Amino acid sequence: MSDYNMQILICGGTGCKASESEEIRNVFNDLLGEYLLEDEVQVVTTGCFGFCEKGPIIKVLPDNTFYVHVTPADVDEIIREHLVKGRQVERLLYRDPHSHEVIHDSKGMDFYKKQIRIALRNCGFIDPENIEEYIARDGYLALGRCLSEMTPEGVIDEIKKSGLRGRGGAGFPTGLKWEITSRSVADQKYVVCNADEGDPGAFMDRSILEGDPHSVIEAMTICGYCIGADKGLVYIRAEYPLAIQRLKVALDQARAYGLLGRNILGSTFGFDIELRYGAGAFVCGEETALIHSMEGSRGEPTVKPPFPAESGYLGKPTNVNNVETFANIPVIINKGAAWFSAIGTEKSKGTKVFALAGKINNVGLIEVPMGTTLREVVFDIGGGIKGGKKFKSVQTGGPSGGMLTTASLDTPIDYENLQAAGTMMGSGGMIVMDEDDCMVAIAKYYLEFTLEESCGKCTPCRIGNKRLFEILEKITAGNGKEEDIDKLRMLSHVIKDASLCGLGQSSPNPVLSTLAHFEDEYLAHIKQGRCPAGKCKALLKYVVVEDKCTGCTLCFRTCPVGAITGERRAPHFIDQALCIKCGICFEKCKFDAIELA
Amino acid sequence: MEIINLTIDNKPVVVKKGTTVLEAATSIGIHIPTLCYMKLEDLNIENRPGGCRVCVVEVKGRRNLAPACCTEATEGMEVNTHSIRAINARRTVMELILSDHPADCLVCPKSGNCDLQNMAHRMGIREIHYKGEQSSYRKDTSPAIIRDIDKCIMCRRCEMMCNEVQTVGVLSAINRGFNSVVAPAFEMNLDHSVCTYCGQCVAVCPTGALTEVDETGAVIRALSDPSKTVIVQTAPAVRAALGEEFGMEAGTLVTGKLVAALRRLGFDYVFDTDFAADLTIMEEGAELLNRLTRHLQGDPNVKLPILTSCCPAWVKFFEHQFPDLKDVPSTARSPQQMFGSIAKSYFAQQLGVRREDLVVVSIMPCVAKKYERGRDEFSVNNNPDVDYAITTRELAALIKISNIEFRALPNEEFDKPLGESTGAGVIFGTTGGVIEAAVRTAYEVYTGKELPRIDFHELRGMEGLRHATIDFNGLPLNIGIAHGLGNARRLLEDVRSGKSRFHAIEIMSCPGGCIGGGGQPYHHGNSEILVKRQQAIYREDSNKTIRKSHENPYIKKLYAEFLGAPLSEKSHHLLHTEYFDRTK
Amino acid sequence: MPKIKLADSTVQTIREICKKYDNKEGELINVLHNVQEKLGYLPAEVQEVIALELNMSVAKVYGVVTFYSFFTMIPQGEYPISICMGTACYVRGAEQVLNEFKRQLKVEVGQTTPDGRFSLSCLRCVGACGLAPVVMVGDKVFGRVAPQQVKDIIAEYHEGCPHEAKSA
Repeated sequence: MSDYNMQILICGGTGCKASESEEIRNVFNDLLGEYLLEDEVQVVTTGCFGFCEKGPIIKVLPDNTFYVHVTPADVDEIIREHLVKGRQVERLLYRDPHSHEVIHDSKGMDFYKKQIRIALRNCGFIDPENIEEYIARDGYLALGRCLSEMTPEGVIDEIKKSGLRGRGGAGFPTGLKWEITSRSVADQKYVVCNADEGDPGAFMDRSILEGDPHSVIEAMTICGYCIGADKGLVYIRAEYPLAIQRLKVALDQARAYGLLGRNILGSTFGFDIELRYGAGAFVCGEETALIHSMEGSRGEPTVKPPFPAESGYLGKPTNVNNVETFANIPVIINKGAAWFSAIGTEKSKGTKVFALAGKINNVGLIEVPMGTTLREVVFDIGGGIKGGKKFKSVQTGGPSGGMLTTASLDTPIDYENLQAAGTMMGSGGMIVMDEDDCMVAIAKYYLEFTLEESCGKCTPCRIGNKRLFEILEKITAGNGKEEDIDKLRMLSHVIKDASLCGLGQSSPNPVLSTLAHFEDEYLAHIKQGRCPAGKCKALLKYVVVEDKCTGCTLCFRTCPVGAITGERRAPHFIDQALCIKCGICFEKCKFDAIELA
Repeated sequence: MEIINLTIDNKPVVVKKGTTVLEAATSIGIHIPTLCYMKLEDLNIENRPGGCRVCVVEVKGRRNLAPACCTEATEGMEVNTHSIRAINARRTVMELILSDHPADCLVCPKSGNCDLQNMAHRMGIREIHYKGEQSSYRKDTSPAIIRDIDKCIMCRRCEMMCNEVQTVGVLSAINRGFNSVVAPAFEMNLDHSVCTYCGQCVAVCPTGALTEVDETGAVIRALSDPSKTVIVQTAPAVRAALGEEFGMEAGTLVTGKLVAALRRLGFDYVFDTDFAADLTIMEEGAELLNRLTRHLQGDPNVKLPILTSCCPAWVKFFEHQFPDLKDVPSTARSPQQMFGSIAKSYFAQQLGVRREDLVVVSIMPCVAKKYERGRDEFSVNNNPDVDYAITTRELAALIKISNIEFRALPNEEFDKPLGESTGAGVIFGTTGGVIEAAVRTAYEVYTGKELPRIDFHELRGMEGLRHATIDFNGLPLNIGIAHGLGNARRLLEDVRSGKSRFHAIEIMSCPGGCIGGGGQPYHHGNSEILVKRQQAIYREDSNKTIRKSHENPYIKKLYAEFLGAPLSEKSHHLLHTEYFDRTK
Repeated sequence: MPKIKLADSTVQTIREICKKYDNKEGELINVLHNVQEKLGYLPAEVQEVIALELNMSVAKVYGVVTFYSFFTMIPQGEYPISICMGTACYVRGAEQVLNEFKRQLKVEVGQTTPDGRFSLSCLRCVGACGLAPVVMVGDKVFGRVAPQQVKDIIAEYHEGCPHEAKSA
């Protein structure tokens, strides 16, 4: 690094890659050669910067310039102006949405101001495919300390004291989990990293693995040392090709540096890691299902106990943690439990990574201290609701979670508060909804997801969720009855109470939560046949307001199904039997002559 | 032994550590409903997926309800099995199952014998509050078993039997969520699969999803056809179980009433498969001694151990799974087929009836017998040796249809000549019985001496794999016994690898042998019933005056008048068979 | 299901993959991933070979194949189209985009067009929520897709189509 005068960091997260960040890198490489700068400027592809809304993002070091929405065509100008002449390319700089002032450094942006990056500490700062960059930022220091200065009990104690809890959803204390597995007596034990992130709308784990794979490898090795395991397995979604590739590179490098394998760092401890691939089954996030899947079977959960800590992979004691949990470990060892536990609330320590998405200005990956309020997340970091619409709710916990409404805007976010509000931390998906989102349709959306992802083993989840979904379908189709509300509630409670695994036990949460906060919306569908958000197609009717229609024929020409007829300069007519309610005519009409009845 | 104290419905109960809440409750007379759970204690078979959730109970301090079948009792636990929360959840779960189940109970073959129906009745379900889409699949009819999986409730019992107990591996849970069901690969028909038709899936299915092919209508038609002479044979295990269908205690022997019932149904002759069992012993025993002698003489081509071949599911099993060993089992046909073959040759001649006009019906504890009777090699000019094979359950249905008050029937005797049998023939009905019958005859033929004792207790029992060494006058004969195809597989693998040290092995597909056959009255998960049937079989044996097959006077007569000697050319033609490689 | 006859070389490929995993039953999912990557899909005949090689029942293989949504028994189209139905995309109109694809291609989710050109599927979050709603055609990502653009996206891949157009 010191050989170069300047560095270009290009975000190589999946979002930015999808917007041609790779092509940007190629153009940089080509042009730097032409400008004879290849020895001066290093181009590094990093993990996710977090600010996905503004992607593709590139950062220029050492002056820390933050360029947003960069295209391959902009590269030449950046080189010419910034690298050669030392002048920033003004038009590519970030502008504060309120003051419209240019902000050069990411530290000054609202999006980053309230974040503390522990799990994401290296994402966007290092080349994930270069172990030296990880080491340069204290990488593998924690492992070294554990192996040379600490006993397994000592490490577990430190983790316990830090108050770290599982970041996969349920929030079980990590140190305690390690301790239980360490006490199981067996000839073979396993450390498993759950990277089967399956929440629709969550990409925290993927970003960590893409941006900082070594932090997970280091933490798994430390865990192996603590519980007495010499083998680790990462169960990763096959749909994450980039994360898989970076993890593979990192594993090879760690082995080459003697950080995996026998006698790690000269100690007697040996450890290695293999990859196992998920194949598209959300239920495999449940640890017993995950283990069955790793064993080559259908990913059906089994009754606990026995817990994996006693009998897990191949019947051996197994410690399962998720990616984000592991990513916190090296920092806790390096900076100490006291430092970590000073961050957060009384029972929820440290930070939490959220994938902030939906109807929000700043979509992206954020990491905030536990106890940050929802208002700070949505309005400060997230920059408020898109298009000036009205905030309605935030969905957390994915298909297992529920809604947080305006009433919860000032509630500090931690495990307990979210649960008390009828939702859960989950793995970190945070979807912001505005006035245009129908809460009945959203509940139906999540139920449909659960329905597809239920393994089918237990009755309440297999059939109960199907019936819940059917009732919601009835309501959104305008055929609901008032008694359906009671039915939804009663059935939801039984499904929660009687299902076998966490998937079923939490699957009715989106229904219960939307019912708790938005029962009036359900009633509007049922009693008035009206969808207040205008989302439920069956309840919509587009009609032409004859007085306003000028007969411009634009709607006639854009209607994809030919449902609109009419003579030029005469009022048009929408055939309701043909109309698919796509809303294109409504959007296109320049005279507000089409309205929702 | 660690002791656990808990209370269930406020009653204190003391159990040993490892006991489930369900078992603890049962021990104090509290019967928590179950559906998917099934434990055949004496056979070491358990199905406990914890999936149906019909057994959920409330445990103080626990966030959600606990499935009683797979929740271990812990110290100080307070269980409430009939709190409103538990009852409501159980009933809702039950309603959900019923909401995805065809409500055709009145015409369902399982009606009156259905665990699901009983449970709905017991829980007092009067309305299904949550209605919606029902699963719909193609009905699959095979030669022996019908799969109507619209009625599958995903208890996974059949899957467990097919994979873990029988290791046949035809059935698996497929798809997921609401679309999941238990089916063969690619949802193919059973008759395209490696299914052995052992019927253990049928024996444990709690609903009408898996049932046997019903041949009672055809039997009624044959009986009413004046141009036909209709004769019947009844397998040994039938008499030890049929009474259960009429409310009699398990283990009640109903041989005499069985004969009386069959006569009243209109069969022209009521015979006994036991006769053919004696005949099997003559042939199979001779084959054993033949192979043994050649082996002792150092013949390297001789195949040992000899394997019994009475069980059609077992035969189909090795034809699919061990075709390389197809010349190892005895070539003797099963008793059912020997009976049919002799009936349509020797007996038809005696009567002066054409084989086409003689109808042979067999009453079997087995569903695979339906398949066996249809095998091509068991017919002459397209006329099968056995025309219909009905199960014990189907016979009970026939008796009920025909207004016969079974319990009031007198005891009657089988007809001669094919109704005469020995105790050796009777014990064919239980695991260990075929080999014991063979030993009784082979010993006397081999040594020329009379057996010092007739009961070989070392060959009896319910252990899945057993072995014993019988002293044949200085020659130690090593005998292996397996029941359940999974156990059979273990012995077969040893034979394949050359590790087997046995001279003879008896194999029966069904746990317990034919007494636990797929066509027997449903045991509903109570394995004690099988133990009682087994005891009844041995009781019948010891009540017999003749207990060795070679002493059956009508067997002697058959050889003298018709067959010549065991393994004669005629015997080979009528009583032996060949096996096929079914992997091709 | 029409029977297909596997080429000897295909059988050999499957055998080699199984061997790479020591013919272990526990490696079934890895084997399926590898085979699908090579052959594009997992028809019945392929599953039969795998079952034989791993010494397990074909019913169990089928049970696993039908459990995981990643595995398919239907050949994928030349251009597999996936619509992200993650929540972020859903609230930004992914369903309308999906419906438009269904309408234009005249296939349902999980199906392939009769000419074998396009197959349609849904996926859960590709992690490009900033670009929601997202559509993938092969490896190419289309961001902020509106239903009106669907026609153009399809046209881009439809050779010889009269209204050939380039996407935004």
